[in-house]
Amino acid sequence: MKFITEFGRYILMLKGMFSKPENKKVYWKEFMHQCNDIGIGSLGIVVIISVFMGAVSTLQTAYQLVSPVIPKSSIAQIVRDTVLLEFAPTLVCIVLAGVVGSKIASELGNMRVSEQIDALEIMGINTKTYLVMPKILAAMLVIPMLVVISAALGIWGGRVAGQAAQILSTTDFDKGLLQSFLPYNVFFAMVKAYVFSFIISSIPAFYGYYVQGGALEIGRASTKSVVVSCVLILFADYILAAILL
Amino acid sequence: MIEVNNIVKGFGDKIVINDVSAVMEPGKCNLIIGSSGSGKTVFMKCLVGLFTPDRGQIVYQGEDFTSMDDNGKKEIRKQIGMLFQGSALFDSLNVEQNIQFPLDMFTDWSTAEKRKRVNEVLARVNLKDANKKFPAEISGGMKKRVGIARAIVLNPKYLFCDEPNSGLDPQTSLVIDKLIKELTEEYQITTVINTHDMNSVMEIGDKIIYMYQGHKEWEGNNKEIIFSKNQRLNDFIFASEFLRDAKDMRMLEQAGKIENNRNMDDLLK
Repeated sequence: MKFITEFGRYILMLKGMFSKPENKKVYWKEFMHQCNDIGIGSLGIVVIISVFMGAVSTLQTAYQLVSPVIPKSSIAQIVRDTVLLEFAPTLVCIVLAGVVGSKIASELGNMRVSEQIDALEIMGINTKTYLVMPKILAAMLVIPMLVVISAALGIWGGRVAGQAAQILSTTDFDKGLLQSFLPYNVFFAMVKAYVFSFIISSIPAFYGYYVQGGALEIGRASTKSVVVSCVLILFADYILAAILL
Repeated sequence: MIEVNNIVKGFGDKIVINDVSAVMEPGKCNLIIGSSGSGKTVFMKCLVGLFTPDRGQIVYQGEDFTSMDDNGKKEIRKQIGMLFQGSALFDSLNVEQNIQFPLDMFTDWSTAEKRKRVNEVLARVNLKDANKKFPAEISGGMKKRVGIARAIVLNPKYLFCDEPNSGLDPQTSLVIDKLIKELTEEYQITTVINTHDMNSVMEIGDKIIYMYQGHKEWEGNNKEIIFSKNQRLNDFIFASEFLRDAKDMRMLEQAGKIENNRNMDDLLK
């Protein structure tokens, strides 16, 4: 019963976002601010994770491919598809659910508890449109970009690690990258990125926006939003794989 | 003018506001007083539309606010300024940006015009050289003044203040009270103040509504409250021996038996 009530409130929050902005310039400024916060603010962690995840993929794939009949370039193929299909969109988005999600939930929660949201409401501003919409739109714009960067850096990390560990040369790696490449995989990765970025932004926004209480509740809402986002990302990952692959 | 007609508000089985009616007059400080849990915050939140009453009417200048659609409420809210208990300043914006925010949102003024208006209201609330400071860098009294400046920057017809003196020292409280009173009279604003502060009650209470357990127990002004025979009101207002003595002194003053040689301006200096 509680789930249905919460889901109803979530849908109402999303529905409430669609109203005419009071001043487009102010909304644009807020949207750009959120793009910067979510995109630039998460770039560092995305770069580190992506490079190491690609590097480790190369080493572990090489460790398991011991047969001399399998060409070395297959390692690059496996790394490419693993990074593109799963690591870049799913792993990065799960990390972003923690980084971006907790920030969104705690920011909105703090605004709710300190009556800043009430202050905006009393000014005649639709707070769902002003506070929630720019966060969701910004996430849906910059998170897919981060996923693309992550995929590129993951493959590059694998290439560098393969050469550094003398597993395969960069020529073999590049050859493997081009073998049996399916552009559809990129499309699939982008579909996942868009779905996950919506989850990462809207779920924490919901928990933050409706916080009641004080500092303790803000912390709880932040944790809950990250947990729910991660579970939903994994669930959506399975559903998308079942439908699209 | 705001007319409140028989409003009722409950949460679940608990009735928090029970059949309250009142008229809030322009150019006057309309105070809502009452002990904690008496329903005054819920009453104020009903007035500004943060809560919807279960029954009754709230009428702004002849227009029924309770039955308006969202767009109608938005239009009324543009005429409302509110000072919150914790000031509710936007943490990520500095003082100047906080005050300029309503201008950015609702006017198409040039940057120079907005800057001029911000400086005007900052001067009006006696706050200078704080433009670039962030809320975390200023004192509680300064936050209240910034909150007032933000509330009046669009020249509102209605000003709501939720416990404007909470957390302030007595002298700063007097300054804030004086400021609210001056602004109310100067711009003929309908000001509604929710307070516990007895100084405010005595100094600026042009109209006082005492709430007790969700209903209106007493209504009058700061002169009448001294002579009120309402036991609940007297127990609330004159709770301490000091305040009872002050009441006796004020009654003697009113009767002309002793001379009042206080000068508020000297005190505030």
